[in-house]
Amino acid sequence: MSAGPATVALPPAAAPAPRRQVLMGTALACVAGTMLIGGMLAVWVLFRERVVDAGERFPLDYIIHEVATNVMLMTLWALCIFAQWAVYAAKRGDRAHTALALGVTGLFALAYINAQAFVWSQMEVEIADEYYGALFYAVTGTMVAVVAAGLIYTVVAAFHSLSGRLQETEVLSGHALYWYWTAAAYSAVWFVVYVTK
Amino acid sequence: MTTIETHPDDSVAATTAGDSTVPSFITGVGDWVTTTDHKKIGRLSTGFGLLVLLAAAVLALLLDIERLGDPGSFIDTGAQLQLIQMYRIGLVVGGIAPLALGLAVAAVPMQLGARQIAFPRVALAGFYTWLGGTALVYVSLALNGGAGGGDADMVDLFLTGLGLAVLGLCATAMSLGTTVLTTRAPGMTMRRVPVFAWSSLIGAIATVLVMPVLVGVLIYLYVDHRLGSQANFMGVEGIGAWIGWAFTVPTVVIFAIPAVGFAAEQFAVAFKSRQPMRGFLFAGIALIGVTAYAGATQQFVHDVTFDASGETFIRGAVPFLMFAGLPLLGVLLVLMLVLLTAKDGAKRGPSVRAPFVFGFLGLLLVAVGIAANFVQGITDLELIDPLTNTATTFEEGATLFVVYGAALAMLGGLVYWAPKFRGSLIPDKQVLPLALLGALGTVLAGGALLVAGFLDQIGGFPASQAEVDQIMTAADDADIWITLSLIGQGLVALTLLAFGGLLLKPAGDTDDDTDDINPYGGQTIEWSAASPAPAYNFEHVATVASAEPLFDTDSEGSSS
Repeated sequence: MSAGPATVALPPAAAPAPRRQVLMGTALACVAGTMLIGGMLAVWVLFRERVVDAGERFPLDYIIHEVATNVMLMTLWALCIFAQWAVYAAKRGDRAHTALALGVTGLFALAYINAQAFVWSQMEVEIADEYYGALFYAVTGTMVAVVAAGLIYTVVAAFHSLSGRLQETEVLSGHALYWYWTAAAYSAVWFVVYVTK
Repeated sequence: MTTIETHPDDSVAATTAGDSTVPSFITGVGDWVTTTDHKKIGRLSTGFGLLVLLAAAVLALLLDIERLGDPGSFIDTGAQLQLIQMYRIGLVVGGIAPLALGLAVAAVPMQLGARQIAFPRVALAGFYTWLGGTALVYVSLALNGGAGGGDADMVDLFLTGLGLAVLGLCATAMSLGTTVLTTRAPGMTMRRVPVFAWSSLIGAIATVLVMPVLVGVLIYLYVDHRLGSQANFMGVEGIGAWIGWAFTVPTVVIFAIPAVGFAAEQFAVAFKSRQPMRGFLFAGIALIGVTAYAGATQQFVHDVTFDASGETFIRGAVPFLMFAGLPLLGVLLVLMLVLLTAKDGAKRGPSVRAPFVFGFLGLLLVAVGIAANFVQGITDLELIDPLTNTATTFEEGATLFVVYGAALAMLGGLVYWAPKFRGSLIPDKQVLPLALLGALGTVLAGGALLVAGFLDQIGGFPASQAEVDQIMTAADDADIWITLSLIGQGLVALTLLAFGGLLLKPAGDTDDDTDDINPYGGQTIEWSAASPAPAYNFEHVATVASAEPLFDTDSEGSSS
C-alpha cells in the first residue's frame, strides 16, 4: 500500500460554462421577437392598406399623441446607452457605476410603460372599434410585454452582477443586446403604428 | 452565470444514493418531473409527442369511417369540426414537433460532446408549456371550441392553449439552437458537427423563425375575438383561414428536417464510410429549411400557372421555385449524397440494422411529401380550387407523407440511441417489422389521399361547418381511396402503439446482446459515453479532430 497521501477517485470536474451561451440565447430570442413583431406589423399593414384603398384615413377617429410616442422612442434608445454603460462599468470592475447604469435602465423601462399607459388613456381607443381597436391594443400591448420582459432581464442581470460576478459581463452583454433589439423593434412599431397614417 | 446546471458530483452522489436505497415511486416521478438531464427532458417530449400522434392517427381513422358512410352515421356532425382540428393540430404541433425536437434535445448534446444542454430549465419549461398548451387545446376542442367553434370562451381557450404550445416549442428550439452554436467539444468546428446535430440546428432556427409569426397571429385573433369587434379577422370562422397554414405543408417540413439529418447520418453508419462532400450535404439540409419562409408569407401554397402569359407565369414561378422548389432541390441533393455514401461503402459490407431502415424509409417518405408540395403548387393540375382557395386531400396526403415519414425516422432515432438513453438495445427483430408496417401505412394513408385529390375530394383545415360538410362528403369514385387511407391510418396507429409498448417494456426483458458501448458502429462521440449515459454524459470530454472521431479510432484500431 502506498505510504503517500491517500488519493480519492473523484468524479470529473464540471466543464467550464461555455462562453457566450447567454449572449447566443438572447440573440436567438431576439430573432424570434423580430419575427413576432414583424409578423404583427405585416398584418397591421395589410389591414391599413384595405382601409386606405377604400379612401379612408387610418385611424379614422383618433388623434395620436405624437409627442408621447416620440419620447417613448427616445427613451428606448437612451436606455440602450445605459445598458451598454453597465457592460463598460462591469468590465472595469466598477460596481457603483454598474448599479447606477442598471438602475437607470430599469427606470427608463418603467418610463416607457408609463408613457404607453398615457398614450392609451389619452387616445381613448375603443377596443371594439370596427377595425382599429383590436389591432392597436394587440401591437402596443405586445410591445409593452417585450419591455416588461426586458425589465425582468434587467433585474436578473443586476442580481447576477452585483452579487459577486461583476467581471462576468456576458449576462450584461446579453442584456444590452436585448435592449438594442427592443429599441429597434419599437422603432418599427413607432413608424408603422404612430407615424404612417 | 453558470449554465451547466448539473454538476457531475451531484449526479454521482445521486446515483450512489439510488443504488443503496429502493427508490420509491414518488421519488422516481419527482426525479423525472423536475429533471434537468436533457436526455430525460427529450424522452418526456418524445413520449408525449408519440401519444398525441397516435391519437391523431386514430382520429383520422374514425373520420375516414365517417366519410365513407352517410353524414352523421358514425360521428355526430356537430363534433366533426373539432375532431378534424384535433387530428390536424395533433399531427403537427401536438405530434411531430415535440417528437422531433424531443429526440434532438435528448441526443444532440451527447453528439456535441456536451455535458448538458444549454439552458436546461428553459428546455424543461418549454416542454411543460407545450404540454399544458396542448392539453388546453384538446380540452377546448372537446368543449365546442376551436376555429369555428360554438362556445366563445372555449374558442378563447383554444387560442390561448395553441399560443402556449407554440411558445413552448420555441423555448425548446432556442435551447437546442444555443447548444449547437456554443456547447461543442473542443475541436468540433461547425464543419465537424454531426449531421443530425446540424439538421437539428436548422430545424431549431426554422422553428424560431416560423412559430413566433403564428404567435403574433394568435395574439391578434385572441384580442379581436375576446374584446374586439371581430370585424377584421371574420370572427370564429376566420380563425381557420388565419392559422391553417401552420398545420400543413410546407410549414410542417421544418419539423422533418432533423429526420432528414438522422437518415443521412445512418447511411454513413450502415455503410461504414465517411460522408463524402459533407459541405454539400449540409447545404442540402439548409435548403430544406427555406420552407421557414412559409411563416413569413403565411400561405399554405405558392402556386404557378404554366398555361399563362409570360408575366403571369414569372410572377408565380419565382416564389413557387423559392418556396416549393428549393426544399425539393435540398432533399434531392441529400438523397444523391447519401447514395454516394452507400456506393463508397458498399465494398465494406453494409450493416443494415433497424435504425438505418427506419431512417431510409423515413427519408424517402419525407422526400415524397416535399415533392407532393411542389406538385400541389402547379395550378394547371387544379389540386387547389383557385377561386375559393379550397384544398383537396392532396394537401393532406402531402402533409401525411412528411409527418409520418419524419415520425418513422424519429422512431429510428429512438432505437438507435436506446443504449445511451436506457442502457439496452431494442432488438432489430422486434422493431424492423414496425418500420415496414409504418412505411406501408404511410404510403397507403398519404398516397391514397394524393390520388383522391386528383378526384376533387375536398380536404384542408376546416374553419366552419360548411367546410366540414364538404370535407366529410366523399367525392365520386373516391371511396376506394378513402378506404385505403383508412387502412393506412390504422397501420400507422398500430405501428405507433406497438412501438410505444416496446419503449415501455422494461429494459431487462429485451434480448440485450451487448456489453458493447457502440453496438451500431456509430461514428460520432456520443458512442464513447457509457451505456446508459450518465446525467453528465462524459467523464472526459475528448478533443475532436475530425467529423467522424470514432470512425478514425476504429480505422486506426483495425489497421494496427
